[in-house]
Amino acid sequence: MESFSPLPAAIGGSLIGLAAAVLWLGNGRIAGISGIFGQLLPPAQTVVWRVVFLLALVGAAFGTARLFPAIGMGGDVPASLVEAPAAWSIPTPAWLAVAGLLTGLGTKIGNGCTSGHGVCGIARLSRRSFVAVGVFFGVAMLTVFVTGVV
Amino acid sequence: MPHLRAPYIATAAASGALFGAGLYVSQMVDAQKVLRFLDVSAIPSGGWDPSLAFVIVPAILVMFLAVQWSKRRQAPLFDSVFHQPEYDKVDMRLIGGAVLFGMGWGMAGICPGPAIALMAFGPENLAIFIITMLIGSYSGSMLIPSGHARRLADAR
Repeated sequence: MESFSPLPAAIGGSLIGLAAAVLWLGNGRIAGISGIFGQLLPPAQTVVWRVVFLLALVGAAFGTARLFPAIGMGGDVPASLVEAPAAWSIPTPAWLAVAGLLTGLGTKIGNGCTSGHGVCGIARLSRRSFVAVGVFFGVAMLTVFVTGVV
Repeated sequence: MPHLRAPYIATAAASGALFGAGLYVSQMVDAQKVLRFLDVSAIPSGGWDPSLAFVIVPAILVMFLAVQWSKRRQAPLFDSVFHQPEYDKVDMRLIGGAVLFGMGWGMAGICPGPAIALMAFGPENLAIFIITMLIGSYSGSMLIPSGHARRLADAR
């Protein structure tokens, strides 16, 4: 349990909720990252706000890490992603490519990810989102168990 | 075209910035930390990290309040309509998509939000994940042409 961090988690979570609230009350849009990201390519129509949103997201992650090194990750920025589990004898880049494909395809077909379904959908009490969240959390836990990636 | 007016764009920027700050502060940009939440087999040994639950619950609560408040309004501040998803049927596309996404999330420990936020830190191999995520998303939209219109048609 040494890595359990409830306070930064709750502060960060509230900021994410506030982000979703601002986009909903201001522009009437769901702050679902897979949707905002996935609709950058044609036949996309409203690209400008999506690009601005994503640039601000990256910029704020960068700025927060620099300005407030004492909170969150303590100034430590993630230097690496996961490694492919040794038992699978798959190069890490290939492992991440498969994970990326599944993430992009799944969130497109299922219409949302952790933010769109997990935060916004549950908050809207959407039946679809309750089902999606139950399924992708369950499958993700099972995948971690089966692949031994931790 | 409300989408190009300054307040609309400024709102998108403010929301994106809050989101990025939240992802960093909550440490959800750390794939290992997310995986330590998903690794429920570590519960008996005490190695499980429940932090992710402490992120998503307050996020849902804040958004829930905003949604309740929005119900008393005709429209958002800077557009003429709340873009509420109209389709509400639980179907195989929803479940199949959630299964595929769950597999990808369990393999890498990063979902789309953290993947984008990590561009600020440039960890090795991130570009591979982002490009394949975009390819996957684009392939999905080929499989399901004009997703929203077609699903709406199906619903009738």
